[in-house]
Amino acid sequence: MSATLEPPQTIEPTLPHVEEANGAESPLKRLSAEQLEHLGREFDAIHDDIFAELGERDARYIRNTIRLHRQLVLASRLLLLGSRRRELWVLGTAALSLAKILENMEIGHNVMHGQWDWINYPDINSQNWDWDTASPADAWRHSHNYEHHTFTNIRGKDRDLGYEIMRIDPHQKWHPIYVFQPLYNLILMGFFEWGVALHDMNFDAIRSGEKSKRQAGEELKAIGLKARRQIVKDYIAFPALSAAVNAAVAGARGGRRGEASRSARATFKSTLTANFTSNIVRNVWAHSIIFCGHFPDQTYTFSEEEVAEESRGGWYVRQLLGAANIDGGSLFHFLSGNLSFQVEHHLFPDMPSSRYTEAAPRVREVCARYGLPYNTGPLRKQLGTVHRTILRLAFPGGAPRPKPGPHSAG
Amino acid sequence: MAERGAVPLVSPTRRRALRLVSSFTSPLLPDDYLELVNPLWSTRELRGRIVRVQRETPDAVTVLIKPGWEWPGHRPGQYVRLGIAVDGVHHWRAYSLTSEPGRPDGLISITPKLVEQGKVSPFLNTRVEPGTVVRLGGVEGTFVLPEPTPERLLFISAGSGITPIASMLRGLERERELRDVVHVHCSRTREGVIFGRQLARLRGAHGGYRLHLRLTGTHGRLTPHDVQAICPDWRERETFLCGPAGLLETLGERWREAGLGERLHTEHFQPDAHVGDGERGCGGTIRLCRSGVEAVSDGEQPILLAGEQAGAEMPFGCRMGICHSCVGKLRSGQVRDLRTGRVHGQAGEMLRTCINAPEGAIEIDL
Repeated sequence: MSATLEPPQTIEPTLPHVEEANGAESPLKRLSAEQLEHLGREFDAIHDDIFAELGERDARYIRNTIRLHRQLVLASRLLLLGSRRRELWVLGTAALSLAKILENMEIGHNVMHGQWDWINYPDINSQNWDWDTASPADAWRHSHNYEHHTFTNIRGKDRDLGYEIMRIDPHQKWHPIYVFQPLYNLILMGFFEWGVALHDMNFDAIRSGEKSKRQAGEELKAIGLKARRQIVKDYIAFPALSAAVNAAVAGARGGRRGEASRSARATFKSTLTANFTSNIVRNVWAHSIIFCGHFPDQTYTFSEEEVAEESRGGWYVRQLLGAANIDGGSLFHFLSGNLSFQVEHHLFPDMPSSRYTEAAPRVREVCARYGLPYNTGPLRKQLGTVHRTILRLAFPGGAPRPKPGPHSAG
Repeated sequence: MAERGAVPLVSPTRRRALRLVSSFTSPLLPDDYLELVNPLWSTRELRGRIVRVQRETPDAVTVLIKPGWEWPGHRPGQYVRLGIAVDGVHHWRAYSLTSEPGRPDGLISITPKLVEQGKVSPFLNTRVEPGTVVRLGGVEGTFVLPEPTPERLLFISAGSGITPIASMLRGLERERELRDVVHVHCSRTREGVIFGRQLARLRGAHGGYRLHLRLTGTHGRLTPHDVQAICPDWRERETFLCGPAGLLETLGERWREAGLGERLHTEHFQPDAHVGDGERGCGGTIRLCRSGVEAVSDGEQPILLAGEQAGAEMPFGCRMGICHSCVGKLRSGQVRDLRTGRVHGQAGEMLRTCINAPEGAIEIDL
């Protein structure tokens, strides 16, 4: 469509690179309406170019990733039949944690975004996918695909900013409860899937009456149903299976009385702790990667006034400024569900994750030409600044952190 | 929802056993793990494996398929919806079953003819490998022989329209009911006659089967006058006609004039890929199947807006093509992607209503 686009001259920033006293004025203000329109079309072109190329290679990627996940699950559950033995417990828990991480991030999150709907296959489709966490798929799609991706980083609209329980932006009003946020953030880390499950409930809306009690009840019921299936699977069914298998083996081997039932009880417990641990590991990893998406120092938040009458180009810039990437190799990208490419993901949420590596250099090139920053950094730095912010903003005051200058090519 | 194959015939015991196991696989189903070993083992949808591909003519092949579960059966003349992945994307097409029911080897067959602008028929004709897994949808179609089989039959086919007729002939032969069949087949050239050899064998083996080949390349299209000449007693025969729209129209008119409309059974074959005629952005009517609301777009308005203006309650989210909250299944018609201008649409395709406008009349499952 827009095959030949005249690239505009490199935009010289009209403000000096020194950050303003009040923190950072968003580069959104520097760009004229015309520049934003050009920018919008350039990003559209990146999207369309990549979508035109999608084919068997991409389809094979998601099929193989899903296959890998299911094989890991089978292997880990098998290993954990012997979870009484320390080595098998460790190996099995590691495998299961890896499986859950893959399913949650690279597979579930991306499939539910509609990234693979173009394949036209009902079992790898955003409308039909349910994932291996406590959060029901419908609720997630509503609060994430719609709310978060539409209102990204708009204070008062994007409920992912602090998840309604934390102060992660200095513009947010301080409240004494926030003093405890470093502590309850730790709890949220370990039990993140439950936080996510409850997130779509939107307790503010229930309190204000915007969401009816009846709807809230229905949503709570859906969460309850999903939670029950997850709890039965990981904390009853598989421990019981391990216990039964061990009891049968112990019984067949003969031996002292009561050994079978002792073996069963011990295996039940060891399998349960293994499954519990793997959920914790997945929760902590997901929490860390996700918090690095929008909370590092580099990212901007926006007021509702700033984004009133937002054009398509303006939407792209808000996504760009509100997200941050994490540097890493291809294995890291894979394990983070390609959310290490948070910028590309926010610019193109329904683009298959397999293509973010390809989109990234083109996005950086556009940033360089328009004098826009490209937020990225190593995991320790991104995560470090997030935790520092959570600690600092637990107390009153705080100012927006210094923002990086425009991305320079090369 | 993206289209799914037919629910296979699986014993209730097996289904119950799988349900018990599902608490271990939740939120997945045991089928998701069974598929890792063999895709044909899925109890969610009927699938098959392509066993052999036989070339019939330079532009038609017969594809023999072994269904994964017991084939539910079909009547000669019916068609099956076939789902197959081409370059990563799953497509569904309806193909007449060319095999007769009750084949001892349990195989079914279709005989797709190459359609130049198509997606699936070129793949089946030139690229598909034996061993490929296909998805089998429901068996549909009312183009079937009545029971009991009439004494005298007239088959008229043109081009790929011979495919349902072939199934009927094979079925009649197997049931030893080829008593008095006249078959008029139109093809541009002799080489282009699909099943040419099989028909010649049939003619040689059975006195009750009379074949008349009409080479339209040399003798022009078949007219009602020609039918009268070839088969003077056409009025006394149950007639089965399968071919392009033009043929159906001219012959259909003749039968209706004679007051014999009910003795003429027709099946309309049209190519899969049809590009919208007329200007781009022509808009069209939208029938919302679930709510029953009829809306109209001028070509600039997306389906979502048109539906809302007509008073329907339409699901939506970001309203900009990002979040996929607004998707609905297209039943018929084509749409234009307002972001790129591309006209597209296949029955069963899931569309975002916020970025697509109708290009002609459409029906959508919302």
